[in-house]
Amino acid sequence: MSNREKLLEIDRHNKRNIMQTQDNTQRIFRTYPSGDASCLIDMLQEVQEHFGYLPDLEMQKVARHVDIPVSRVYGVATFYNQFRFQPLGKFVIKVCRGTACHVKGSFSILTTLESELGIKAGQTTKDLLFTIETVACIGACSIAPVIAVNDEFHGGLTTKSLQKLLKSWQRQCTESEVSDECV
Amino acid sequence: MNITLNGQTCWAKPGETVLNVARREGVNIPTLCHMSNFSPTGSCRICTVEVENGNSLVPSCAYPVYENMVVRTNSPRVRRARKTIIELLVANHPQDCLFCVRSGNCELQKLTQEYGVRTHRYQGERRRARIDIASPAIERDPEKCILCGRCVRICHESQQVGAIDFVHRGFKSSVAPALERSLNTVPCIDCGQCVVNCPVGALTEKSHQKQVWEAINNTDMLVVAQVAPAIRVALGEEFGTDDGAVVTGKTVSALRRIGFDRVFDTNFSADLTIIEEATELMHRLEKGGPTPMLTSCSPGWVKYLEHYYPDLLNNLSSCKSPHEMQGALLKTYYAKKIGVDPSQIYVVSVMPCTAKKYEAQRPELGGEYPDVDAVITTRELARMIRAAGIDFHKLPNQGFDDPLGESTGAGAIFGAAGGVMEAAIRTAHYYLTGGTDMKSLTFSPMRGLEGVKQAEVTIGEQTLRVAAVSGLTNVKALLDDIRAGISPFHFIEVMACPGGCVNGGGQPQPATPEKLLKRTESIYQIDRESPRRNSHRNESVQQLYTEFLGEPGSHCAHELLHTHYVERDEF
Ligand code: SF4
Ligand code: SF4
Ligand code: SF4
Ligand code: FES
Repeated sequence: MSNREKLLEIDRHNKRNIMQTQDNTQRIFRTYPSGDASCLIDMLQEVQEHFGYLPDLEMQKVARHVDIPVSRVYGVATFYNQFRFQPLGKFVIKVCRGTACHVKGSFSILTTLESELGIKAGQTTKDLLFTIETVACIGACSIAPVIAVNDEFHGGLTTKSLQKLLKSWQRQCTESEVSDECV
Repeated sequence: MNITLNGQTCWAKPGETVLNVARREGVNIPTLCHMSNFSPTGSCRICTVEVENGNSLVPSCAYPVYENMVVRTNSPRVRRARKTIIELLVANHPQDCLFCVRSGNCELQKLTQEYGVRTHRYQGERRRARIDIASPAIERDPEKCILCGRCVRICHESQQVGAIDFVHRGFKSSVAPALERSLNTVPCIDCGQCVVNCPVGALTEKSHQKQVWEAINNTDMLVVAQVAPAIRVALGEEFGTDDGAVVTGKTVSALRRIGFDRVFDTNFSADLTIIEEATELMHRLEKGGPTPMLTSCSPGWVKYLEHYYPDLLNNLSSCKSPHEMQGALLKTYYAKKIGVDPSQIYVVSVMPCTAKKYEAQRPELGGEYPDVDAVITTRELARMIRAAGIDFHKLPNQGFDDPLGESTGAGAIFGAAGGVMEAAIRTAHYYLTGGTDMKSLTFSPMRGLEGVKQAEVTIGEQTLRVAAVSGLTNVKALLDDIRAGISPFHFIEVMACPGGCVNGGGQPQPATPEKLLKRTESIYQIDRESPRRNSHRNESVQQLYTEFLGEPGSHCAHELLHTHYVERDEF
């Protein structure tokens, strides 16, 4: 699949998600008994599966359902790395922060990305195009420093080559928007 | 059983903690996360002690004693461990003592002194966070937070609000309102229990001192102070008196020296509240409801009901809280009496409460002018006294101004949980029997520090079932009963803060059970020693009715002294 096809696929997936949202959350809430806080993590996981992240409103609904304060739901959710609080961007950039990559300068790769995109690791840009995440080691030490973008690896990076990559993704996005309008 | 504590043999109850025994024996062990009356979390480890045998360091606040245990609370190893903990806390702290409102009364600062922390032994990245000043009552400076969790526990376990909690983890962990919003956009009830339990300067009240000084310095303004019942039994603590010392006269003279033009007593309008509230209760009983009637003098509690049980707002008494009544009268009755335009009267309430700061800015509490212009807490008054260069101990005792300065013992006991109910029963007795006072005025079922107190009183032909609740965790069951239509009560007093206003969120820090006990005793002592102990015997209140309001519950009284409530979102 080319990158462009992948993008279109993601778009379709997102639209499907939005359409099914209503039914899905109702189903989640039906599955779990109300007032039972032991189901909290399971529910949050299901909510995240359907939205790709935990929207504020859904956390409030979960809180009401299991009958604990919203602050506690949010506290529990932020404790675990698996939960996200913003939707994923079209490009999910995972920066490897393993030992090999670190030695080869992955920290400056990360800070370059953060300053170029104006967001921090774990966040998504306002236009919903890019998400930066850090991972402990993605097992590609031979090509350190490495990033994985929508699960495609880019190794041996320098800040220069990274900037080039970023430009090309940005270009792809503008193209795909044009094609969207044509449909 | 016996244990050996620092070489001394002493007696211990099976199951109690090492900390408990040590405190009884007069051995000081520092604590940060520990809260009496709550189960231990053992998270801060500052209370570490050395136990022989296991040869280990254990947290004394969570560690139970056993037979023949040998404990050292002050060995070099223990002191070293504690010092390291303090140094680590300091390394992740702004160290802003020169500018910090808690300086001089800060538990962390005190520890650095006691353990001789003189250098920055650890240096590294410090947690950064924005201060949150959007709430009308409470300000948060999360960088100063040492993550002891006291605020979280009081808010969840004692208030059952849960507006704040721990978020994230590791280096990034902090205490924050739900969804990391600002405190004013989550259903916090502004009770300030988190503030009064915080060991450091991370939580403070929103200060009104600046406005008050400006008003005092403005010669066109008649600046009027009114003093809540619970201030006079707590203010002295800020200046080193015994816990709960009664300092009414010094409070009044301090306010005059600061520059207030008149000093009135909120106990006056507490008496007035009783007249209006008892009248409202009689009315509801005649009309058949809605009962039980719920008291409305605790603004944190009112906000709680608005957020969490808006369907029960009709049960809430329509009476304004006493200081709002007083403010409304100062800008109408009193203004007219002394011929001053209400726009030139600036009313400052001295309150043991942070929620009153929020309450004062509720748009429905006031006509053309807000009833109350500024609210300062007991702590803020102490700061103003210091700023004015006043030696508190050398102050003379002075009395309140007239006519809104007269009060009875019934007004005084508003400061303690159960007091409103007791005062109301005294006056209800007078009304229901057509004019006789109770023989014994002390109504002991409403006294004491339990969270829920209930009683049945028969007055004439009426049997009244009443309850007094403090600490909002205790109110939920009663409210659920009302919702289900099975509540046996006619009248319920609710105070947001555990123990009532004497333990309010604006009182001297830190809150301790001993202070609560002493202040409560003093409140009842003031009542006992009052020449008049029935609200309906307050002559200035009687005069107010004949000169201005007409009857209790009259149209004019409703305009000025009663209010309405709004439904708020649960989140
Ligand atoms: S919280 Fe305490 S230690 Fe921190 S700056 Fe304020 S006074 Fe100093
Ligand atoms: S003011 Fe009261 S309700 Fe608000 S966070 Fe503090 S303890 Fe909780
Ligand atoms: S804000 Fe204060 S009470 Fe709350 S965790 Fe931090 S230091 Fe403790
Ligand atoms: S006071 Fe004992 S662990 Fe914090």
